[in-house]
Amino acid sequence: MSGGVRMTIAGGNIPSRQADAPAPARASTSQKLLRVSVPLLMLFLALLAWDLYVRLNDVPPYILPGPLTVADALLNDWGTLWPALFVTTKITFMALALALLGGVGLAVFLVQSRWVELAFYPFAVILQVTPIVAVAPLILIYAPTTQVALLICAFLVAFFPILSNMVQGLKSVDHHLLNLFDLYGASRWQTLLYLKLPAAQPYFMTGLRIGGGLALIAAVVAEFAAGSAGANSGLAFRLLEAQYRLNIPRLFAALILLSLLGVAIFALTSFIAWLSLRRWHESSVRREN
Amino acid sequence: MNIMHAPGELVVGMRASARPVVTMREVSKVFSNGTLALSDMSLDVKNGEFLSLLGPSGCGKSTALRIIAGLGVASSGTIDWPSSRINSKGLPQGDISFVFQEPTLMPWQTVFGNVYLPFRLRHLPKRQARDQIMETLAMVGLEDFAEAYPRELSGGMKMRVSIARALVTKPKLLLMDEPFAALDEITRQKLNDDVLRLWRQTGVTVIFVTHSVYESAYLSSRIVVMKARPGQVFAEVPLERADMRDGYYRTSEEYRATCERVSRTLQEAIASAEPVS
Repeated sequence: MSGGVRMTIAGGNIPSRQADAPAPARASTSQKLLRVSVPLLMLFLALLAWDLYVRLNDVPPYILPGPLTVADALLNDWGTLWPALFVTTKITFMALALALLGGVGLAVFLVQSRWVELAFYPFAVILQVTPIVAVAPLILIYAPTTQVALLICAFLVAFFPILSNMVQGLKSVDHHLLNLFDLYGASRWQTLLYLKLPAAQPYFMTGLRIGGGLALIAAVVAEFAAGSAGANSGLAFRLLEAQYRLNIPRLFAALILLSLLGVAIFALTSFIAWLSLRRWHESSVRREN
Repeated sequence: MNIMHAPGELVVGMRASARPVVTMREVSKVFSNGTLALSDMSLDVKNGEFLSLLGPSGCGKSTALRIIAGLGVASSGTIDWPSSRINSKGLPQGDISFVFQEPTLMPWQTVFGNVYLPFRLRHLPKRQARDQIMETLAMVGLEDFAEAYPRELSGGMKMRVSIARALVTKPKLLLMDEPFAALDEITRQKLNDDVLRLWRQTGVTVIFVTHSVYESAYLSSRIVVMKARPGQVFAEVPLERADMRDGYYRTSEEYRATCERVSRTLQEAIASAEPVS
């Protein structure tokens, strides 16, 4: 987070530049260090506690493997786990990309008129509220390959939060600004491009963050339901497989990869949100009192 | 008379004769819920004048302003903009600017980006618009804040940006809808002085909606006092020497007398309104 936070200028009737005047106190280096080291230390302590518990109680690895055993499994089974991680990542991101396209596209379409919204919104709601696990068998029958079925499932789940947030955002445009665009004779397209879409950015980012998390969950759940096998299987299948074989260290390894993937997606979407909102939106601006 | 002005300022008396900027004939507005917001309003707005619409809330002054802007359609009566180009929708194009009660800035755009908006909508490239934008920002004293975002500015500065955006296209008619009502007294006085100065400098015709007697008496060359229920014109108060006013005028006997006269007319307008049933 570079770039000093500008102070809000009060009493602004003096037409002189104050924004670049004394840089507001930045977090000192030691504070920055603490921000990184505290969470890392806590994670390390948790691992240590886990390890000690397993060692002191002599827990067998098929009940609860210690962290070192899991790390061992992670390295030894990399040949199996890596392709699975790749498959799951691919499905998650493709589903998210499709959901972004579809969600934003449909939202723009829905807000064109009240009638369009009345006609189409129920379908989106029905798709959303029907549990994906229940629809998955049907999708598996219709889809040409298991991969496509997984993709459709993940898409359906990630799509709705993006759609509903986007619809909300596109409708929440300041009415005076809409009047202003009218007054200047802006076309529908200009109003969408220069006003409605930028104004919906914070809502879009919320949808993106929720959708990103859900896409991963759906990709895993759908694979549980689909029970895919062979070379193209994802982490969920490897997880189930490890369970059947009572290979608990590998199960843990797969689990850790899944949560790392989840964290990475969260970090990525949060970073994108911060990038686009940091200059102007209250949610991304730090304020000093 | 014009010795008082800085070089380059227009002399108000010279531009009063041309065709009216807006003519309204018996314009009425009924909202969809049945409220009669404006009843038989007739008004000629002369080129170059500073006209205030003064009245209590519910007198239809904002409604009238929106109809003049072409943002709302009159239910009956005629409105014309004799000296403007009229577009295919029957509305004036490019000659009218509006300043709302809120600054109404796009928070995701810088000050420069906000002022650039009218040009952007006309497909004028940023390079060609830059000089005019910076010039207008300098007029409102914000040339150093071009790259700042609205949230970094105070309320008064945001309003200046809003005024700069309205003036950057050099409109014939500037409509202001209680623009300073939400600002503190000191900021408001400062902005009143600025608006007067910009009016003299640019020669723009201003229609200014307000519910403040003091503001209208300080700014206007003519005050149209309106009454509520139904909203209609109650009386007109022409004022003299609007081009001469400055900080000293605020404390002058003349200003005090004017305020008293306008205030009395407004009281009569309020008293004449039918009581709420």
